[in-house]
Amino acid sequence: MIMSRFLLNVKNVNKTYDGFKAITNLNFHLKEGELRTVIGPNGAGKSTFFDLITGRAKPDSGKIEFAPHTDLTKLKEYQINRLGIGRKFQTPSVYVEHSVWDNLVLSLKGPRNVFANLIYRLTSEDRDQMEDLLKLIRLDQKREWTAGQLSHGEKQWLEIGMLLATKPRLLLVDEPAAGMTDEETHRTGELLLSLAGKHSLIIVEHDMTFVKQIARHGVVTVLHQGSVLCEGSFDEVQSNQMVRDVYLGRGKHGNR
Amino acid sequence: MPSSSTTNSPNSSRLKFEIGIVATLALFMIVIFPLLNAQGYVSNFTINLWGKYLCFAILAISVDLLWGYTGLLSLGQSLFFSLGGYMLGMHLMLMIGDQGVYAQAGKNPLGLPDFMIFLGHTFLPSFWRPFSSFGFAALMVFVLPGLLAWLFGYLAFRSRIKGVYFSILTQALTYGASLMFFRNDMIMGGNNGFTDFKKILGSDLRTAATQRGLFIATAVTLLLVYIGCRILSKTKFGLIQRAVRDGENRVLFSGYSAAHYKLFVFVLSAVIASIAGALYVPQVGGINPSVMTPDKSLEAVVWVAVGGRGTLVGPILGAISINALKSYATRAFPDFWLILLGSLFIIVVLLLPGGIVSLPERLSALWKKFRTKPPTPADGTSAPAATLSPITKS
Repeated sequence: MIMSRFLLNVKNVNKTYDGFKAITNLNFHLKEGELRTVIGPNGAGKSTFFDLITGRAKPDSGKIEFAPHTDLTKLKEYQINRLGIGRKFQTPSVYVEHSVWDNLVLSLKGPRNVFANLIYRLTSEDRDQMEDLLKLIRLDQKREWTAGQLSHGEKQWLEIGMLLATKPRLLLVDEPAAGMTDEETHRTGELLLSLAGKHSLIIVEHDMTFVKQIARHGVVTVLHQGSVLCEGSFDEVQSNQMVRDVYLGRGKHGNR
Repeated sequence: MPSSSTTNSPNSSRLKFEIGIVATLALFMIVIFPLLNAQGYVSNFTINLWGKYLCFAILAISVDLLWGYTGLLSLGQSLFFSLGGYMLGMHLMLMIGDQGVYAQAGKNPLGLPDFMIFLGHTFLPSFWRPFSSFGFAALMVFVLPGLLAWLFGYLAFRSRIKGVYFSILTQALTYGASLMFFRNDMIMGGNNGFTDFKKILGSDLRTAATQRGLFIATAVTLLLVYIGCRILSKTKFGLIQRAVRDGENRVLFSGYSAAHYKLFVFVLSAVIASIAGALYVPQVGGINPSVMTPDKSLEAVVWVAVGGRGTLVGPILGAISINALKSYATRAFPDFWLILLGSLFIIVVLLLPGGIVSLPERLSALWKKFRTKPPTPADGTSAPAATLSPITKS
């Protein structure tokens, strides 16, 4: 089947919340190693889309298949995560009372059940991986700080590091640049670009400067009222009249 | 650079300090205090009273393991405490034998507990029979509350019951159970419960030596519970436990089943509370359903809050100090005790959220502020690791 070369297949998915159609007949296909940017105005269903993939919400109808024939709609959040799907939330979701180091320890790929973790100890490979990650996310010097002491941008980076620690196949990243300075935003973009190929990524973003940066080789998907409005390169999407009408025309773009 | 343990804690000197204090206190409680009692320097009343305090300290740790470390405010710990007490109590009732009031009057040839004769029972109910063995009763102290906690926790956590709903549900469970135990049909002594114990493991419970032995057993248990929880908090399990408290979503999206972790802690805490109850009953000389009510659970929550939530020393300090205060206040001004307790709770919540254990740190911070004039504002950009909130240090 032709579909099987995709890592993620979302087919005819519908989701209604109290009569409000959050997702309508959504179809979405992602290739292995692809970096996909998803944009869309508020209420377009971007967060619901992530909720459906990660098991936080269940679709009313339709199929969500992962690599290539695992049905995600039957699984719980933690089971989906164990398949290799990591999610970064819009507001940084790190353990604020834990140190940076412990935040990463908690995320490392390894045993997840209660009894194994009563006796779990870090291996030397674990430590090497931790050191690499700390350097990658530039928190090497702050490993003993509690995550709550980090700046907003650093928390975002820490969360990306936590995602990478689980060695995911697919990363779902929700507005990674929110609350970052221009320089941090640019660096975040370069980091995400460097991950493409090794991992597959879906990135939801509002900031058009940032989208332009990360979507320079990849495909941009525009969501509107719960379904795909159009797909294409950044330039194609930006010049599409429908997209301009629903999204760009509202003065949302380039607010930096 | 990373230490050999899972965590990379900057607080090792603090930990050493805590271990030093605990070791000193343990030596005092387990060896010196009982010796002084044997020599007559400490009264039997005092040692018995302190035995009770230490039982409450164990109960308080079980509350904190749930509330402080996992973020689950359970109001069911008094239920598990009482169940442990009832399990051992059943054995102690059967050990009264021919020393009971009815037996002394020649009206109890089978040696039933007195309350059964009073209610007109002529034979021992079958579920009572195995409790004539101490070993069985001791096993039940672990098994029954553990099973109940597992069943309740499984249903509650699977349905993702959280926060205040979890508190209400545990409170309802406790209330329901206490109503059951108030009924004579339970054949568990009704509202009088169990009392008038005579012997434990062949020793007379009314002698100073037996009470001293029970005191030592309680102190040793408290030490073991403390050490066990201390080790647990240092494992990766402990990290996950606190992560569930601070960010359950992230835990789920990191591939952990938060429900399994909560269930483990819930069952463990139930068993710890139950052991505390089993040690409490022979020292106090009885158990009745009023110990099982939700307000007793709430009292234990206050001990933890006052002592210091999310630490292991805090609950011990809180349980002992509030109960010592209670012993004094209920005699000195009996009408004002509850008002005193309530105001203490409010004061701690408003002014000292970290509890008694955070007091030295608070005072030294004040002292530093006083010494260095003008006071420097906290420098957010270079916050050192030493200013962790009290919850992470423990």
